[in-house]
Amino acid sequence: MSILEFVSRINPVAASGAVLVLVGVWGVLARPNLFKIAIATSVLETGVNLVILSTGYIRGRTAPILDSAADASTAAARMTDPVPQALVLTAIVIGLAVTALQLSYAVRLRAAGGGSSIESYGDEKW
Amino acid sequence: MMRRVLVFLAVAGLAAALLPLALGTGVPEAPGALATAYLEDAPGDFGAANVVTAIVVSYRGFDTLGEVAVLFAATAGVGALLTRKRLGIGDAEPADKPAATEILVTATGLLTGLLVMFGVYIFLHGHLTPGGGFQGGVVIATALLLGLLARPESKLSHGILSAVESLSGAAYVGMGLAGAFLAWGFLDPRVLPLGRIGSLVSAGSIPVIYSLIGLKVGAELSGILDALKGDRE
Repeated sequence: MSILEFVSRINPVAASGAVLVLVGVWGVLARPNLFKIAIATSVLETGVNLVILSTGYIRGRTAPILDSAADASTAAARMTDPVPQALVLTAIVIGLAVTALQLSYAVRLRAAGGGSSIESYGDEKW
Repeated sequence: MMRRVLVFLAVAGLAAALLPLALGTGVPEAPGALATAYLEDAPGDFGAANVVTAIVVSYRGFDTLGEVAVLFAATAGVGALLTRKRLGIGDAEPADKPAATEILVTATGLLTGLLVMFGVYIFLHGHLTPGGGFQGGVVIATALLLGLLARPESKLSHGILSAVESLSGAAYVGMGLAGAFLAWGFLDPRVLPLGRIGSLVSAGSIPVIYSLIGLKVGAELSGILDALKGDRE
């Protein structure tokens, strides 16, 4: 298989999403700072959303909106899968709420005299 | 050292799991049976040009009601965590913050009205174009964020915020109940005439429900932004 053929087989949405998922997982696992963990979760969510979206992505097809490109009779033959898009719409909003809640917990822990690093909460580990 | 190895193993394992997806295997040639049914039936069932909106607001409308409830719970959590008392600020006067630059203040004055109008446009056209209540609500909250940045000492009126939030939430459930009694089920949009596909007044109660979601999300996110400012009583 030539390199060109290999590259053309890569699904661009899924590949970029996978990279973001890996960056996010690494950030959550390896960074001790609570604020950075919140941001890493946010990056991880973005990656997961892209991967979910990519499962409904079909090459050469148009967005699932009826217009001059596709009417009701040709919709199923010309449009991408709308279900992952609807799921991701939900996931984005929940992700935003989770990030806000995470950040406020981190702010609150700091204000109560704890550190920003997860290492300073070793007592709660087990 | 041990931890680094474990982290590396976890990331490498995930990478191996994601590799087949990234290489395009498993990506379908055509939508599945459920997606095909949605694509074929949504225009006829609900008269919505945007199939994603028909799924979010009607086919999976109950799911969206739960999502709005989760967002409400998160807003309540952020508001409860970040009060002045809990943050240990007490009644002390906050230190003088530097005033916002003239560029920001002027731009805020010019942009606030436009941003609110754009947000309303997005959620009113949710059944025709990409967009909808959640996106429109976020744009409206952006207008309030600009206002908070330009005048850090200003306070949002919590009475108006909670009134908008609870009234739109109650009206959303009310539209759902109207669907149960006047049409074929909870949140069925066929309580209002479906109209012609592609016109602004079409798709039954989908634009009404999405506008209510937009107002609710806008009020909730503005509440989160206000709480994150950290000077709530």
